[in-house]
Amino acid sequence: MSPWLVGFSVFFGYPLVFSAYLSLTHYDLLSSPRWVGFANYRYLFTIDPQTWTAVRNTLWLIGVLVPLQVLSAFGLALMLARARQGVGIFRTIFYLPALAPPVAATLGFVFILNPATGPVNTILSHLGISGPLWFQDPSWSKPSLVLLGIWGVGNTMIIFLAAVLDVPRTLYESAQLDGAGPLQRLRYVTLPSISPVILFAVVLGVIQGLQYFTQAYVAAGVAAGQASQAADVTAVSLGYPLDSTLFYPVLLYQHGFVDFQMGYASAMAMFLLVVSFAVTLVIVVNSRRWVHSGAR
Amino acid sequence: MKRVAMAGALVAIALTAAGVASGAARHHAAPTKLTVWVGWSARELAAFKKLAAEYQKANPDVSLSVVGSINDDKIVAAIRAGTAPDVVSSFNSYNVGIYCGTGGWIDLSSLMKQSGISTSMFPPTTNYYTQYGGKKCALPLLADAYGLYYNKTLFKKAGIAGPPKTIAELTADAKKLTIRNSDGSLKQVGIDPFIGFYENVPERWILPWGGTYTDSGGKAHLATNSAWAKWLTWQKQMIDWYGYKNLVKFQAGLGDEFSASNAFEVGKVAMNLDGEWRVAFIHAEHPTLDYGTAPMPSATPSLYGSGYINGTIIGIPKNGKHTQQAWDFVKWVTTNTHALAEFSNAIKNVPSTTASTHSKELVPDVHFATFLKIFANPKSGTSPIEASGASYTNAVQNFATKWQAGQVKDLHAGLVTLDKQLDAQVAQAKGGGVP
Repeated sequence: MSPWLVGFSVFFGYPLVFSAYLSLTHYDLLSSPRWVGFANYRYLFTIDPQTWTAVRNTLWLIGVLVPLQVLSAFGLALMLARARQGVGIFRTIFYLPALAPPVAATLGFVFILNPATGPVNTILSHLGISGPLWFQDPSWSKPSLVLLGIWGVGNTMIIFLAAVLDVPRTLYESAQLDGAGPLQRLRYVTLPSISPVILFAVVLGVIQGLQYFTQAYVAAGVAAGQASQAADVTAVSLGYPLDSTLFYPVLLYQHGFVDFQMGYASAMAMFLLVVSFAVTLVIVVNSRRWVHSGAR
Repeated sequence: MKRVAMAGALVAIALTAAGVASGAARHHAAPTKLTVWVGWSARELAAFKKLAAEYQKANPDVSLSVVGSINDDKIVAAIRAGTAPDVVSSFNSYNVGIYCGTGGWIDLSSLMKQSGISTSMFPPTTNYYTQYGGKKCALPLLADAYGLYYNKTLFKKAGIAGPPKTIAELTADAKKLTIRNSDGSLKQVGIDPFIGFYENVPERWILPWGGTYTDSGGKAHLATNSAWAKWLTWQKQMIDWYGYKNLVKFQAGLGDEFSASNAFEVGKVAMNLDGEWRVAFIHAEHPTLDYGTAPMPSATPSLYGSGYINGTIIGIPKNGKHTQQAWDFVKWVTTNTHALAEFSNAIKNVPSTTASTHSKELVPDVHFATFLKIFANPKSGTSPIEASGASYTNAVQNFATKWQAGQVKDLHAGLVTLDKQLDAQVAQAKGGGVP
């Protein structure tokens, strides 16, 4: 048996099949799984009041964060590609946040955006502006996470930078000779040339959005003031404030590892898998209209 | 001569046998290693280790290894993986329904019977939160009783003579004790009833209002039990008086609950709902703080003096290796009056047997005495023990947080929906799927 087949079976195939089986059982982690058919799916779609909240939050995040991440990564890459002096320093500065561990980065953001003691609101108050409650306010908590996501966009930026630098200079020179201005060169040369990278960034962003967990988990816990109470299962910090950061993976974690309903959590995971696959498929199929591969 | 030879041979055999037996005894003298998982850390963990050492000294046949900072996630993961310790304990009873219902923690009934341990040794509330579905899978290891902490210095400044006993007094005192900055933001808060702040959860607030969770048939009845609507209405009015955003911003600037920057300990909040353990924290962190303790003010005079009770529970996981030795330790630590009194003195938790609450070994403490009375009050209560574990009370808390933020427009309709959700959740947890 080839090594890849072993790896695939052990680390992907078996867990996938077993999760699919568990999704059709009542499994509380402590006693044996018991067959319940599609009851978990019925509960998920018809009763669980948090399901659609989590779905809405996740869609919001994907709809806002992914375009902003792609745009900011692309914008930074364009600026860095044009820079003539201090290129190395600027590239390092803009890439550096991507090296920060997600937990540490989130803790830092919650601290600097603390509405009472954080430096951002302190500066805003000196300017006569009453700052928002950031992670403490349901209407600002997701935008705060978006800021965090944009701040750490370094990895995508590097890929865009490589793609932008890889566009043949001759194409720009030809366009310039044809009278194309900067915007036209961007529209008709740069974007088509790097479209495969845009597709990659969008697909990756959407999949990461569907699996968004760590930052939401940490931010909610710290902002709710429950971070130090690791042993307190009564803390309803997941999704704080007011379920505004309750993303689908966070809800899945809650059901699986806080409520100990692994059968139900497996049903949620299977639904997430199907949605991830469907969304990726739609993006890839649609991309044929706007992605220009080198072969064509 | 023959007899002498025979006697000599017998003596030799006897000596050899004694030697073998002695060797065997020495061989068996190697103590059995018991691993005990507890939730305590730092100062409290050290106190528990001291207690364990005392047991070990009296029982040299066992060697105890105590591991602290354990939570329910770790306990369940270990039981599932077959690597559970011999003894496990959880900081509270919220998941007893899961532990007993699934058999994750073994039923202690037969071991208790064999050792002559009766449930009558424990107050009814602790008996309730250590069983589910007819299985006694845990015993209480000290208990937590909740009451009101009030800052005497701030009370004197505000001209208030003593702690409030009624909701009307609580409301008036809280307003008197609140100080605002010139921009309207909060500088000092009388009492913070915000759900999610420190120890504020619905089950601790609802008891002095006389609220219960289920009817006689076990169905959730928050919509028809009038105490819930009354408490939630009062709570929302208080939050609106402070200003929701003001309160959120005020809380964001407060120190961590379990640190020396605790808002009550530093005088940022004048009154606070908290557990008895705060007495030890204040003693360790702010020994000069002039404060008092009292039962929570109640909606009706007959309920004054009662309060919310919960506490650490201890049991034996289903795949523990040394069940009998584990039980011997569990029995000692949960029923021995001396052990309970000593541990209570160390971490200022309420001793959990009826006898130990009267122990002469308990160090008298005027602040702590309040909680001993709350613990003994027959009207004191605890969280509902349901098959869905902590998610039951979490769902209620989730509703209360939405309500206090003004996201629930019709309280009664909201409570009706909540009742349905709670019943559906229990049915789901029992494996029935959609009810």
